[in-house]
Parts: sequence; C-alpha cells; structure tokens
Amino acid sequence: MNVPQREVIQESIRNLYFHVCMWFSMMILFTVSVVNAVKYLRNNDLKYDNLSRQYAVVGIVFGILGYSTGMIWASFTWADPNNPATASFASIAKDPKLIGAAIALLIYFAYLVLRDSIEDLDKKARISSVYNIFAFALLFPSIWIIPRILESLHPGGQGNPALNPQDIDARMRMVFYPAVIGWTLLGVWIVSLKVRMKNLKEKTFYR
Amino acid sequence: MDCKFKSEDEESKRKNILQMITRFFLSILFIACSYASFAQSLGDNMRGNGKIYVVVAVLVTIFIGIIFYLIRLDRKITKLEKETKINH
Repeated sequence: MNVPQREVIQESIRNLYFHVCMWFSMMILFTVSVVNAVKYLRNNDLKYDNLSRQYAVVGIVFGILGYSTGMIWASFTWADPNNPATASFASIAKDPKLIGAAIALLIYFAYLVLRDSIEDLDKKARISSVYNIFAFALLFPSIWIIPRILESLHPGGQGNPALNPQDIDARMRMVFYPAVIGWTLLGVWIVSLKVRMKNLKEKTFYR
Repeated sequence: MDCKFKSEDEESKRKNILQMITRFFLSILFIACSYASFAQSLGDNMRGNGKIYVVVAVLVTIFIGIIFYLIRLDRKITKLEKETKINH
C-alpha cells in the first residue's frame, strides 16, 4: 500500500503502525488499570486489585517496547551523521518528549516496587491503588502537556502527534486504527493470561 | 513407584520440549543475525532504500520483546504446574 512521502522519515513512516500503536495501547491499558484501582477502592474486592496490577504491568511492557522502537527510529531519522551536534542517539536523547516518557515509565516502575515491597494483602492493594491513581495523573503532565509546550524534534508540537493531517492521510488511518485495536487486544489477552495464572496461584496457596 | 516413574518420564519429555524450543529460538536468532549482516552489505546501511530497514528493525524489536515476555510467562506457569503437582 502506498504511503504519503515525507522528507526525513521516507518509507519509515510505516513505523506508525508499530511505534505509535505501542503508546496508544499503553495509554489504554493504563486507563483500564486506574479504572480497576478506583473500583477496588470502592468495593474492597481483591479481584479488581489483581486486574489493576496486571493491566499496569502489560502497559509498562508496551511502554518499554514503544520507547525502544522510538530509539531505533530516532537514531536513523533525527540523528544526522554529518552534523556533530546530532550525530548519535545520545546527542538527541535530551528531547523533552523522551524525558517525559522516561519519567512516566519510571513512575510506573515505582508502582511495581511499592506493590511488591508490602506483605499485607489488603494494605498492599489499598496503597498501590492510591499510588496508581497518582501515577496516572502524572502521565498527563509528563507525556501529554509538557512535550506539547516545549519545542521538540518529535512531531506533535502543533497538535496531536501522528494524527495530524500533515503527517498521515486517509490511507494510513485505514491501517492505523485497526492496528491500535489489534495491539490493544494482544495486551488484553496477555493480561487475561496473567490474571488467570494469579487466580490459580492463590487457589493452590490457600488450599 | 509407578507414579514416580511416570512423573520422571514426563519430566524428561518436558526437558526435551524445552530444549527444542531453545534450539528453535537460537536458530532463529542465528538466521536473523546472518540476515542482518547480509542486509547491511546489501543495502549498505539503514538509511538506504528509503529507510525501510528501520521498519524491519522496529518490527523485530517488538516481536522479540513480546516473545521473551511470553516465554517468561510460560516459565511461571510451568513452575505453578509443578507446585500443584506436589500438593496433590
């Protein structure tokens, strides 16, 4: 299928179906995770806490994949071997969007560390649910607001990255939206495997 | 006695399967490495051919990432299965 021709990224615009989908799925999974955290706090049912944790973990996996694929993509598009100022990935890694995404992921790593450091089941569930809400709230400044204010090499300073009509057109949207749904469903499937495994573990533990 | 013999048999079977999987992935890794070096000599670098190899690299990264995550999950499930066997 043909793609719109852009100057710097050329054919690598097809990474839209992979790199961008990773971040979309991550955002959807984190949203489901925080919804389950709120549900736990309302009902005190450990089932929701388990769901919340597993959605967050798979969201983190997708976030790491999005970050590493972004690294590869940036190394061959933004980085210019003829210009010593931006010769390598290391020289462009101070971009505000990269730092914002790194902070968001680190906050979610801290969620896992916090969770697994508490022995008591109810206390663990309550504290980590509250922390989950804070982590989700911090996603907005770090990956939605600050990168849009500061100047960045990453597209999206003028509006939404990747959805801008200057970046993609209808042909790509036709593939992009189903791809987002597909990657998200893959994540949901992994979550369901993990949830079932955890349930089985608890059943054998308490027998 | 009979039961023990059966479990040992299953154990060796499982080990064989694990070995097979490991060999399979090692061979895939080897093929991927050789292909990567071949592609490099072919298209001189990632910036050639309209940067399409960047898409290949990204796809491979995501594939390897998800496969490794699923293998880890599989290992955990195997451990769990063993524990349930001991309990009964």
